Amino acid sequence: MRWLFVKDLQILRRSPLLVSLLIFYPVAIALLIGLSFNRGPEKPPVAIVNEVPPGQRLTIGGERLDLFRARDEAFRRVEEIRVRSREEAIDKVRSGEALGALIIPRDTVEKLQSPLQRPTIELFVNEEDPLKGRLVDNTVTSLLADANQRLSRAFNKVIVSYLGLLLHGGSVNFLGQRISILGLDNVQRITRDAQRKLPRSSDRRELGRVVRFTSLARQNLDLTNDVLAGVSQPIRIDKRVLNGSVVPLSTFAAALAVAVSLGFVAVLLAAGSLALERSENAFERLVRGPLTRTDVLVEKLLLSIACSALVTLAMLMTLGLFIPLEWNRFALWLLGLMLGAAAFAGMGVAIGGFAREVSVASLLAFALLIPITFLALVPSGVVGATLYDLTRFLSALFPFKPTLRAMSAALYGKGALAGPLLHLLALAAVFAVAGRVSLRRFA
Amino acid sequence: MALSNVSFDAKRGELVACIGPNGAGKTTLLTLLAGTQVPDAGTIERPADKIGWVPQQPGLYGKLSVAENLRLFARLESVTDVEGAVQRMLAQAGLEDRAQDQVARLSGGNRQRVNIAIGLVGEPAALLLDEPSSSLDPRQRERLWRFIGNLTQQGTTVVYATHIVSEAEHYADRVLVLADGERVFWGRPEELRETVASENPAAAQGDFESAFVSFLHARGH
Repeated sequence: MRWLFVKDLQILRRSPLLVSLLIFYPVAIALLIGLSFNRGPEKPPVAIVNEVPPGQRLTIGGERLDLFRARDEAFRRVEEIRVRSREEAIDKVRSGEALGALIIPRDTVEKLQSPLQRPTIELFVNEEDPLKGRLVDNTVTSLLADANQRLSRAFNKVIVSYLGLLLHGGSVNFLGQRISILGLDNVQRITRDAQRKLPRSSDRRELGRVVRFTSLARQNLDLTNDVLAGVSQPIRIDKRVLNGSVVPLSTFAAALAVAVSLGFVAVLLAAGSLALERSENAFERLVRGPLTRTDVLVEKLLLSIACSALVTLAMLMTLGLFIPLEWNRFALWLLGLMLGAAAFAGMGVAIGGFAREVSVASLLAFALLIPITFLALVPSGVVGATLYDLTRFLSALFPFKPTLRAMSAALYGKGALAGPLLHLLALAAVFAVAGRVSLRRFA
Repeated sequence: MALSNVSFDAKRGELVACIGPNGAGKTTLLTLLAGTQVPDAGTIERPADKIGWVPQQPGLYGKLSVAENLRLFARLESVTDVEGAVQRMLAQAGLEDRAQDQVARLSGGNRQRVNIAIGLVGEPAALLLDEPSSSLDPRQRERLWRFIGNLTQQGTTVVYATHIVSEAEHYADRVLVLADGERVFWGRPEELRETVASENPAAAQGDFESAFVSFLHARGH
């Protein structure tokens, strides 16, 4: 037993690559998973610009609302990126440093104090993937829901006071004039008196007051709809997407499923089937006959492309039963699938060619596929700008991200399709050449 | 392992054994002749389609049946009558009753017979075998040599590398001895023993392996 243990240690000592893989791979995967799912439900980075003139205060129904206190609450839900202007905030979103920019326009207070106007807050978002969009949407929606709730409370107080006036009477300032409101109580009293006293002519003046009150009450009730609309949602959001296109999450999920499925099937099949030729000692026999090394490579590529595309297409059709897909774009789906499969198959033959053993090829395929999948899903803003640029660079070296982009475009129709397709074509060619080079010493 | 000035000729139906110490260049010679390895320098003239190749480790697909393996390689060799060739090889290897068995389930001996049958499926004029009996037990070995003997009787030239020197004496018509990549002997097994007897009579009295070792020692190997 002891010597067996020593022997295994000796083998490990002579396998630095394996040891490195065993130590660093789990750590790398853990970090990547953390980054991918650390969508900071509490604190997405958001650039906030308040254009309301300093010192301007919001007063509703005689009560002053402190806008800065509202901002303080907002700050607890987002990671504020300090910016000086609207342009700077938009630049932050474009660069990916901020997931969103919230612009509070300078007329916000004026509009809130006007009974017939509702201010609109602008929200600029970076939606390179729909998960990011959902993160910002959820956070900002929640943020503004709180602000609207506070404003609603203030407006409710005003409405209650108006209703008190209508019921009991009193006076109110309107456009600089003090207007006396009779109130329903007085109407009731007066009309009873008038009823008793009619038809004497001196009572007509009292009835005239009733007519005026009725007129005012009707005018106030005419405004009620607008006031109530303002009370239910005093602040509106105007959302604009700066990067990427708005892709429904279900479509994104379909594209993600396609990319993952294509990746695993094509890479594992290509890597495994090529390495198997050597493991079975058949490669030597194959290439000394009518076949060349390139023939064997091309056969593995075609096998992997066909199988992975078929499997993924079947999966996509099944998904189509549950989520809306645009079937009239089928030809584009197929194009995206085939090129994605080609790039992944190229990656597979390169892995199989260099690994040479089925077990090592499979392990290497998994070891590469899992991190590149998570790497492609790391959203901007979750990591620093430099690290994010690095993740984008690394993702561009492998087929997962371009496949995801190609399938999002092919399935939904928004966003460029040609760019990702050319990217996949280039990756397929580069990996296939690498695979061919690896076959020089394959046998 | 580099080879230098190695030449020999083999007649139709002749059985040639290539022996030598480890690292002598036996496998290198056969792989160069088979065309699975390209020489760094020099030229080899051989009709590749007339040479069958049987690697030391059976180059077979374990998940396929015996017949499926034969059929696959017959097709790759562009054999005209594929099914006829498969049946002929099954009969020649004595594996008709195992035709549908998965290769992975065969014994080492039977697997080696399939391995050789695949080397023969293209009906080559010469067959190269690398250590054909190394993983077999004595009974399987005996059956293998009977099988190879039938091939030579039918006119196939067989060249094989082996480290079991006694097999060279028992089965080979001629022996090629390699050491450090050079040819140190080429002739019949009896001639090798006679050479040793002239140099070291005591060694020549023993078995062929002792004579062979003495032969190498006398030449500094």
